[in-house]
Amino acid sequence: MYRSHVLVCGGTGCTSSGSAKIIEAFEDEIRQVGLENEVKVVRTGCFGLCALGPVVIIYPEGSFYSRVNPDDVKEIVDEHLLKGRIVKRLLYTETVEEDTVKSLNETDFYKKQMRVALRNCGVINPEDINEYIAYDGYQALGKVLTEMTPDDVIDVMKRSGLRGRGGAGFPTGLKWSFAKASVDDQKYVCCNADEGDPGAFMDRSVLEGDPHAVLEAMAIAGYAIGANQGYIYVRAEYPIAVKRLEIAIGQAREMGLLGKDIFGSGFDFDIELRLGAGAFVCGEETALMTSIEGHRGEPRPRPPFPAVKGLFGKPSVLNNVETYANIPQIILKGPEWFSSMGTEKSKGTKVFALGGKIHNTGLVEVPMGTTLREIVEEIGGGVPNGKKFKAAQTGGPSGGCIPASLIDTEIDYDNLIAIGSMMGSGGLIVMDEDNCMVDIAKFFLEFTVDESCGKCTPCRVGTKRLYEMLDKITQGRGTLADLDKMEELCHYIKENALCGLGQTAPNPVLSTLRYFRDEYEAHVVQKTCPAGVCKKLVSYSILADKCRGCTLCARQCPVNAISGTVKNPHVIDKEKCIKCGACIEKCKFGAIIKK
Amino acid sequence: MKSLAELQALRDKMKNNMGVRGDDTGNIRVVVGMATCGIAAGARPVLQAFTEEAAARGLTNVTISQTGCIGICQYEPVVEVMEPGREKVTYIRMDPDKAERVVAEHLVGGKVVAEYTIGAAK
Repeated sequence: MYRSHVLVCGGTGCTSSGSAKIIEAFEDEIRQVGLENEVKVVRTGCFGLCALGPVVIIYPEGSFYSRVNPDDVKEIVDEHLLKGRIVKRLLYTETVEEDTVKSLNETDFYKKQMRVALRNCGVINPEDINEYIAYDGYQALGKVLTEMTPDDVIDVMKRSGLRGRGGAGFPTGLKWSFAKASVDDQKYVCCNADEGDPGAFMDRSVLEGDPHAVLEAMAIAGYAIGANQGYIYVRAEYPIAVKRLEIAIGQAREMGLLGKDIFGSGFDFDIELRLGAGAFVCGEETALMTSIEGHRGEPRPRPPFPAVKGLFGKPSVLNNVETYANIPQIILKGPEWFSSMGTEKSKGTKVFALGGKIHNTGLVEVPMGTTLREIVEEIGGGVPNGKKFKAAQTGGPSGGCIPASLIDTEIDYDNLIAIGSMMGSGGLIVMDEDNCMVDIAKFFLEFTVDESCGKCTPCRVGTKRLYEMLDKITQGRGTLADLDKMEELCHYIKENALCGLGQTAPNPVLSTLRYFRDEYEAHVVQKTCPAGVCKKLVSYSILADKCRGCTLCARQCPVNAISGTVKNPHVIDKEKCIKCGACIEKCKFGAIIKK
Repeated sequence: MKSLAELQALRDKMKNNMGVRGDDTGNIRVVVGMATCGIAAGARPVLQAFTEEAAARGLTNVTISQTGCIGICQYEPVVEVMEPGREKVTYIRMDPDKAERVVAEHLVGGKVVAEYTIGAAK
């Protein structure tokens, strides 16, 4: 029995900011003061507040230390663990109010969150099945196998209103009922852990922080549809997730929670991992299954749908990681509990990966129907540096941009579709006035051009042509006719592409055209980039009356484009200037302007 | 895992170990003085005795914590028991055996062990 637990985040974010060293330092220091039998150090999954990593929570006090440095560890051990004095200077500042220490749940970042899929992330040690079990782990599987029929399970899933968290939002219970209805000697359960959207990292976080929840849910799905084999398709770029899944599968097998005759019910289920090699298209269900089979990851036409003919030609169910993470709790707490959260057609919660121009970069989980304003301004802490919120991009390369005028939109599947974006996997990238919307559209198109598998023409050729037109506009060579042509091409690609990748690829262009057409027109007609991003369209110059002739800019310029003598105004040679912006950052007098 | 009962038994056992990570509002707080004076007087075995005894009895409503010097160094090891809605009780010159008795009579039985309290000091 330990009187105190030191929880150190071992998610990818905190690991890259050095949490492994912190854990080592804690173990060393604790041993030195002889507390190793009283204090336990636990490596957990992600707490969500990645911007403040590495983070450490010490229980029973619940003290939340942020940006901890290995040198701080001795102080925490000596003061907090040994003498019971919380080290206030290292606490997350939001939790300190005058002289009292608030609970983490009262801070703006956590107050509005409701953690369902992430409930164990940052709470348990993901490499210890016993900790998962302590928090009711595998109880749902036990309940399903001993008290429910497969039809009961599917009925519960249907009534809960759970929809796929991978992006498209297909009702999970319905999907399972199709797979159950297909008659075959072999069926499969697959998990899509090929999280590829730039800016989305919630699936990684679930796998790293609570891998057993996914295993348990897959076994439940197997029982419901009549499958005894599962595959998790996880990208090789997630080494920590892969390692923890391997450990989790090993422990579950050892305890008989995977394998033969689970809970003495006669039900067998086992899970294997398949590593993806980094192709975005392999997140598409048919391409993913093709890749598991050992072939090149290319999609195939549907129907037949995977529920009828999926992996190895057998009926299969494929769900996303976050979808699975919800399932054990739906079974335990009941479908009514789940459907009491969210909006009419989107039940439960959704995890968003907050990124871009925002204070609190990290993972947040909120009930469906939370407004964009609440997420950005309250939980996210708003846009830094006094800049103005311009738009939020949701759904990655398949989604669109939500302009500031729609910041009060309640976020759910249907509202996002209605305003031309989509939920996607839940990446939420915040943009301020310094982001050029044409450039953003170009960025995502460049991504889809790279990631198009090339099987169908609308996607292979269409996205390329679309990218070229965007590139032309950012170079200042576009015409108004190009805008119309682009729009037409977008609709053509949407209607004719083979799979989800191509069908949604034009969304970033369509939504920016819809809400920021004036910005496109500025590029085309006035040949300017209002945000000052498109290099061809901006030029740098020095205001003679403000320049003091300090020569700092001239020394900074990598191409020697700035000339002038000491104490006399300097001049930029526009022919030589490569528009890197180094001079503007260094100028102390605001004498250099970009337009 | 051959039955749900087996899993539930394991859960209950494990849950006990995870208690400190829960919400501790409403818990009885046992605070052991662990400044230099407290440690020198033998506060550490007292703290351990509290932790072990509480674990052995499966007490989930008790948080055991430590604090700095309370200022009555001659009475160390000092242990304070704070129970919501009740007056704070200060035990002095504690040792592991006394700790066991405080757990049994005070934390479990709800009856203050008057002879160990500061009020009984002469």
